[in-house]
Amino acid sequence: MSSLMEKKMHKEENNIVNDKKEMVVSLKDLNVYYGDFHAVDNVNLNLEKNKVTALIGPSGCGKSTVLRSINRMNELLPETRVTGEIVFDGVNINNPKIDAVSVRRRIGMVFQKPNPFPKSIYENISWGAKINGYNGDMDELVENSLRKAALWEEVKDKLKQSAMRLSGGQQQRLCIARTIAVEPEVILMDEPASALDPIATGRIEELIFELKKNYTIAIVTHNMHQAGRISDYTSFFLVNEDRKGHMVEYGVTDDLFLNPKDIRTEEYISGKFG
Amino acid sequence: MSNFNDNIKKRYTVSNLWNIIFTFATIVAVFMLFLLLMNIINGAFGYVAIQNTIEPTEIISSGNLDELDESQLIEILESNLSKGLIRRYNFENPLIDRSKTEIMSLVFERIIEPRVVKSWNLKESILGRNAIIEYTGREYPNAHLQFRSWLNPQFLIGSQASVPELAGIRTAILGSMMIILLTIAFAFPIGVGAAIYLKEYATDNKFTRFIQVNIYNLSGVPSIIYGLLGLAVFVRGMEPFTSGAMFGYGDPSTANGRTILAAGMTLALLILPIIIINAQEALRAVPQTMRHAGYGIGATKWQTIWSHVLPHSMDRIMTGTILAVSRAIGETAPIVVIGASTFISVDPSNIFSKFTTLPIQIYQWTSRPQPEFRNVAAAAILVLLVMLLTMNGFAIFTRNKISKNRRSN
Repeated sequence: MSSLMEKKMHKEENNIVNDKKEMVVSLKDLNVYYGDFHAVDNVNLNLEKNKVTALIGPSGCGKSTVLRSINRMNELLPETRVTGEIVFDGVNINNPKIDAVSVRRRIGMVFQKPNPFPKSIYENISWGAKINGYNGDMDELVENSLRKAALWEEVKDKLKQSAMRLSGGQQQRLCIARTIAVEPEVILMDEPASALDPIATGRIEELIFELKKNYTIAIVTHNMHQAGRISDYTSFFLVNEDRKGHMVEYGVTDDLFLNPKDIRTEEYISGKFG
Repeated sequence: MSNFNDNIKKRYTVSNLWNIIFTFATIVAVFMLFLLLMNIINGAFGYVAIQNTIEPTEIISSGNLDELDESQLIEILESNLSKGLIRRYNFENPLIDRSKTEIMSLVFERIIEPRVVKSWNLKESILGRNAIIEYTGREYPNAHLQFRSWLNPQFLIGSQASVPELAGIRTAILGSMMIILLTIAFAFPIGVGAAIYLKEYATDNKFTRFIQVNIYNLSGVPSIIYGLLGLAVFVRGMEPFTSGAMFGYGDPSTANGRTILAAGMTLALLILPIIIINAQEALRAVPQTMRHAGYGIGATKWQTIWSHVLPHSMDRIMTGTILAVSRAIGETAPIVVIGASTFISVDPSNIFSKFTTLPIQIYQWTSRPQPEFRNVAAAAILVLLVMLLTMNGFAIFTRNKISKNRRSN
């Protein structure tokens, strides 16, 4: 009981410093349409600097769609329309005039299935830097990126080897290293551990905890325990009767898990559906 | 008791029946190919009866020409050949100046003139050898029998001739090779380019779907239609270009657009739809996650395509191209329509030359009245098959190397 009290106190402190929070990305009235289908309905969400924000919810609730909107990957799908504002670094990037390619360097993405390029480990890291006009010491960049992704010790002797020979967990960490090699400010992760075994998942979670010191992270996950372990904020998504995805609740993770305001959140978290 | 009736036996019977049917289909296909090959080989080898037009004994009683000296041989040439021919020989290189072996070979080729008077195919030669010997002894007492491979070095390097045993296919091989190289040079970049546009850049709308359907239709259009198109557009319409007159090439007598360039462009047109379709399929097989990986770190479309999508699909694109080019090598109808020369003994010297191709030669030889030309045609078919096999083998080797690099580097 006393610990709960402490937590509440802690939260209040959090609320006090709320005004000073620096938001890196703010979604305002975000709507996504696939053709005629209204997939995401009016989402408002902020990503705080150097914090992990988890997006949870059952399948098909639009959480991945929201995530992909942030670095404008959605527009790669035909007939997709995103309305509303995505304010990043003070600029609304949901605007055809803003170049999506430069946005994607600053807002990197890690995907559900590890997808390293079928090239060497070294090239996997160096390619992104090269095409983005990096002119520093490439070896150094590769080493630093791999170190930050906690992969250096495992691969330092086989950088020329194909990335496809790594294990699934190593591949995913390589993908994270590849993402941070181009020095993004935000990293979006779309269920990065869902294709991995528990041990590899644990390492990814540790890594995310490390990474938030330098980056702002948004992570979509199916795994509520994972969200509870690694995130600072959680937003809960759900589909309503006409299959529109929308955000039900958003808050500090501990708060949302222990004290959900919405009955649906409570039911989902306690495993009654989902 | 149970709602399941596991008629295992019946299910296995049906399964085995299908197995037998599929095995039988494979056997039939292999047998047909075997028959085809046998049929060709049957024609390309066999006994021939060779008879001299003028026996050496009619020139010198002993029959041994080696006993004659050079001036006597020249005399024999002059008395047996037309004045015009002698003049031509003297013009090329005066007979007096030529060596004895040269004069001797002229006498042999022009006067003694050994000719195949009767030929047999391989089957007859193996099974009815005695009958052949007996037949030759009765019908051609002066002839001698010889086992001849119609496919021989002389055949490969010789040019076209009106006598079957002297006919060669060098001109046709050169023509085919040059046309195929041009076809690849035109069709590969355009085809792959169009596929990249349609698959990677174009948005999926009514217009692109309309184009897509038309490409599929075009791949099924009979090749002779392409020949007509090539005739109208490349031979007639673009004559100054295809005849080389624009660049100062080609002599006026042949400058009518019926050139290797026109043929190469026509065949490129013919295989373009096939290459586009195959390349699109190859691009479609590249997992979407690979493109996302590229975009996710701020690559442009082209950077992603060039560094990841194309290397990943190149082996499949090449397979499609190989199949298309193999088809082009064997095409006859469009080449006939745009006007290949059927009898040409001059090698094509550049892309603005007149030409003939292997299939044209084969077609032309099989329609000749002399039965020996069937043997020549069979030998040419073997050459065509070997050429196809070599090209495909090389391309498959390259392709495997690419995909191996892709997997292991």
